[in-house]
Amino acid sequence: MIIVPYVTGYLSEHYADDDFRTLSAYKAKGGFEGLKKALAMEPEEVVEIMKSAGLRGRGGAGFNAGMKWSFMPKDTDRPKVLVCNGDESEPGSFKDRLIMERGPLQILEGILIAAWAVGASKAFIYIRGEYKEPIRCLEAAVKELYGARLCGENVMGKKGFNIDIVVHSGAGAYICGEETGLLESLEGKKGQPRKKPPFPAQFGAFGLPTTVNNIETFAHAPYILDRGVDWFRGFGTEKSPGTTLYGVSGHVERPGLFELPLGTPLREVIGHAGGVRGGRRLKGVIPGGMSMPILTPNDIDVPMADEFLSERGTHLGTGGVMVMDETTCMVRVACVVSYFFRDESCGQCTQCREGTGWINKICERIEQGRGTQQDMKLLEDVPAMMEGQTICAFADAAAWPIQGLMRHFRDDFEAHIREHKCPYPESFEL
Amino acid sequence: MQAQTLQKIEALFEKYPQKRGALLPAIYLVQAEKGHVDSDAARELAELFELQPVDVWEVLTFYNMFYTAPQGRHHVYVCTNLPCSLRGARSLLKGIESHLGVHCGQTTADGRITLGHEECLGSCGTAPMMRVDGEYVENLDLVEAKRVIDGLD
Repeated sequence: MIIVPYVTGYLSEHYADDDFRTLSAYKAKGGFEGLKKALAMEPEEVVEIMKSAGLRGRGGAGFNAGMKWSFMPKDTDRPKVLVCNGDESEPGSFKDRLIMERGPLQILEGILIAAWAVGASKAFIYIRGEYKEPIRCLEAAVKELYGARLCGENVMGKKGFNIDIVVHSGAGAYICGEETGLLESLEGKKGQPRKKPPFPAQFGAFGLPTTVNNIETFAHAPYILDRGVDWFRGFGTEKSPGTTLYGVSGHVERPGLFELPLGTPLREVIGHAGGVRGGRRLKGVIPGGMSMPILTPNDIDVPMADEFLSERGTHLGTGGVMVMDETTCMVRVACVVSYFFRDESCGQCTQCREGTGWINKICERIEQGRGTQQDMKLLEDVPAMMEGQTICAFADAAAWPIQGLMRHFRDDFEAHIREHKCPYPESFEL
Repeated sequence: MQAQTLQKIEALFEKYPQKRGALLPAIYLVQAEKGHVDSDAARELAELFELQPVDVWEVLTFYNMFYTAPQGRHHVYVCTNLPCSLRGARSLLKGIESHLGVHCGQTTADGRITLGHEECLGSCGTAPMMRVDGEYVENLDLVEAKRVIDGLD
């Protein structure tokens, strides 16, 4: 059972309450007020509000959600599609699971608002197959919406506002979190990302104009519509407004999710998790899911928003904060990271398919004490040859964390090569 | 494929703008019948979806949650990604391996349990964890893991 956060904001305020998942309790807490206000406006006004709210997509890339909505073609007879990306698979990220399990109606209200704004008549909620409980929660919530005529035809009595919602289960593939990989998968194919352009707004799911947003992104929308842009911008930073659910894991006293304004200093985020376990010293922190380069203790006061993290060579990504204490062998971390990307590469592009395998082989060789100086050179060259060379950003995601580890913890790699063994006997087991 | 499964699959078609969208859910339904989808079942699906058998086969083999060979009666998967590994998942997995007498990826001789490892399952705040027949068992130690595993028939 997922642990409900004890640091809450507008999003997770009622997550401790099981009933919040039912329509009556959700409405009693102000649910569907945002949709009501949206439906009283022209769709274009809703898009404008979302644009000026500056809500950045919470799936990792951080693109302005309202801007994304505005890309949908206006003069077309083709049916339009919304896709909600619930394929959360980024290692260290577990916030979408919480939202699906504790606030499914927030997501659905966000989807209905977006459907009105972009004129979509079909919505798919793609949830990773392993997320059985989230799938059950969303299916139950969708069923309740149909029963209450809050989706289907003439939603909330609004003539001509028709939207069907389908919950769709993935089947275990990290790459299906990439938006065009997801679309391929939704079409019943291998989840291999598409070349862009054309972008999903022109040619998306089943060839139809499509907008894809992350679970958390949709969940914020009702609050923006209900309480207004100024209220929303009262949280977070100018470039990254609102709160987010930081997920803190690894070597901390109390791992968990904490809803805090974007831009909260890293030290404070980790502090909510009780700090580094056992009073040990901090060695490194991955700030935004495993694809993002690592930070060192020197960065402990960085505000956790993308504009500040990018100055330090990394990104906020999904806000999954992985903490590593002084016992940690960073070559072992490189082994785990590179194994993951090797395992999950879809195999479509040569640089990625081959590069991820080579990086993993080299890291394991170094960890086993069989590495040479030539391997150090290879660990610089191979990621550089992958970055920016492939159809999707997966190869970047595989290259960046290795580059970060090499940049900040080169000594760990060198020590393995020099001593022909791992110098961290107390590190986590591999 | 049983008539009932076929019926369920046909009911899925209308949910998608193109029939093929129902392929993943259909594979789940066929897999629920006997635990895996072999090449005969893949051919049957191909015919139903008006696809080539290879179209179905490549989908089957792309995704981790589809099985083309028989599995144990129960699935036990331990997450070994970084957040879980930092909290002892690899040691846990080794303990389970010696308890069951199989390596990761194998099935016990009596066909009772298939043991595997998986990449991040979104349980980083409750690590380490395992997935037993699809359900999450979290905040684990070896004693609790053995207790859960020994309780499987």
